[in-house]
Amino acid sequence: MSVDKDTVRRIAKLARLAVPENRLEPMAGELNGIFQWVEMLGEVNVEGVPAMTSVVAQKLKWREDNVTDGGRADDLMINAPDGTDHFFVVPKVIE
Amino acid sequence: MSDQIAMTLAEARDAIRAKKISSKELTGAFVAAIEKARPLNAFITEAGEQAMLMADAADRRIAKGEVGALEGLPLAIKDLFCTKGVRTTAASKILGNFVPPYESTVTQNLWDAGAVMLGKTNLDEFAMGSSNETSAFGPVFNPWRANNSNANLVPGGSSGGSSAAVAADLCLAATGTDTGGSIRQPAAVTGRVGLKPTYGRCSRFGIVAFASSLDQAGPMTKTVRDAAIMLGTMASVDAKDSTSMDVPVPDYEKLLEGGIKGLKVGIPKEYRIDGVSAEINALWSKGAEWMKAQGAEIVEVSLPHTKYALPTYYIVAPAECSSNLARYDGVRFGHRASGARDITDLYEKSRGEGFGAEVQRRILIGTYVLSAGYYDAYYSRAQKLRTLIKRDFDQAFEKCDVLLTPTTPGPAFAVGAKTTDPLEMYLQDVFTVTVNLAGLPGISVPAGLTESCLPLGLQLIGKAFDEATLLRAAYAIETAADFKHSPAKWWNV
Repeated sequence: MSVDKDTVRRIAKLARLAVPENRLEPMAGELNGIFQWVEMLGEVNVEGVPAMTSVVAQKLKWREDNVTDGGRADDLMINAPDGTDHFFVVPKVIE
Repeated sequence: MSDQIAMTLAEARDAIRAKKISSKELTGAFVAAIEKARPLNAFITEAGEQAMLMADAADRRIAKGEVGALEGLPLAIKDLFCTKGVRTTAASKILGNFVPPYESTVTQNLWDAGAVMLGKTNLDEFAMGSSNETSAFGPVFNPWRANNSNANLVPGGSSGGSSAAVAADLCLAATGTDTGGSIRQPAAVTGRVGLKPTYGRCSRFGIVAFASSLDQAGPMTKTVRDAAIMLGTMASVDAKDSTSMDVPVPDYEKLLEGGIKGLKVGIPKEYRIDGVSAEINALWSKGAEWMKAQGAEIVEVSLPHTKYALPTYYIVAPAECSSNLARYDGVRFGHRASGARDITDLYEKSRGEGFGAEVQRRILIGTYVLSAGYYDAYYSRAQKLRTLIKRDFDQAFEKCDVLLTPTTPGPAFAVGAKTTDPLEMYLQDVFTVTVNLAGLPGISVPAGLTESCLPLGLQLIGKAFDEATLLRAAYAIETAADFKHSPAKWWNV
């Protein structure tokens, strides 16, 4: 399958990434080059092969459901590009 | 002074313990060397003042007889490890002013052992690259240049600032991270040692995430012994990373010199591929001879799915990257675009401005392979291939203890030589990426020079959590290769 300009526009929207109009076509070309190369995976018979979920044999860890951290609102705000008190400022989201 | 900075980590440790040198004296020598080496662009953030304070504290502890495993030893840290109060950028504009309010577990382990931080090293943006050319802070130049040439070469990537810093004697050792080869490949093309531990050996807490099922931190050092020392401190089980494993961390340094008599060394026949230089293949054969001469048994093994590893990686890694990098939205931290119409516009513009071209490309690939209708054809299939690739290794390790391969398809290349075609750049990782997909430990050891006097490395791959055997085998290669070369210090003006 082949990626065209409209597909790039659609996935850029899904990824919340502003791709300028004049970059859509070249990006489609670059992605096609990569997807064509990846097509070789199609030649492998993967029937009955389980998809990998964990690369090392490991049981998922459990712990007590306790609060172990928190109450650090000041720390969370130090890198905020725009904030006041303990609030992040964003453009209006409700009309 | 040049003698001091040329010391190995082990030599410096012993000199400090014997009180032949103070940490302040040693740290001061490195701070001066780093300032002189600015043309290499190895550091994004120099932390000279803080380093001197840390060295002073170390000297006070030494005076009291409190000597940690890395007491007073100056290190460089890849700028992907969060360091409390010290800017951490991931070499991206989107994190350009980020100052973490917390410390990564790996770096905390190093400071707990007494180490001193010299600064944060340059890298490919979000560790995505093999030449350090995707950094928003500019490329790093390899300290090595070819014979009779002034052309700047790349230091490998993504840990290119760390590899350059180690090779140029700007630190005793450095940390790196390796998602597809980002420790081993830069170590190889700068003539130094790089170790990627088993997935789960080091905590990933506080390391800016790229592809969480593949990322692993490891040391970049001058010698195999130094790698053993560093890993002993970096490795730990950590409640803050549920994938870090609760397995014993042996004294790797003590186990180094056990010899390799009777060790079975596998040579995977699928690693003889087109496009690899004759010099690399000759060095690979030489490596096998070196090991045989020390009593190892060489066996041919097969890893039949090798050629599918890179395409598998370029589905799995971008998929995880697109998910991990969703957090950069311009709201809570990082770059925020100005003049956004609404919240969606704010996200799109901030990300469009903040991410560089290679990162954007990978986010788009990842979003595509995870999107409705394509998930099964791409992502699900790639995860099945990953199972097959790991199975290949499991079967090979029934016949041998370690595998010996080249690290890279060639030596360091010129800056700009591979930036137009992404696929050509991706091929740099052809020998290293399988190891990440299978979660195994791998190490690159400097083993020789090309005709034009550029370093080449050999890679050893070990069984999961058997870094001790891997390091012992690497030590045997290092001893036989007796690689004592260093680049001429052309940057000192």
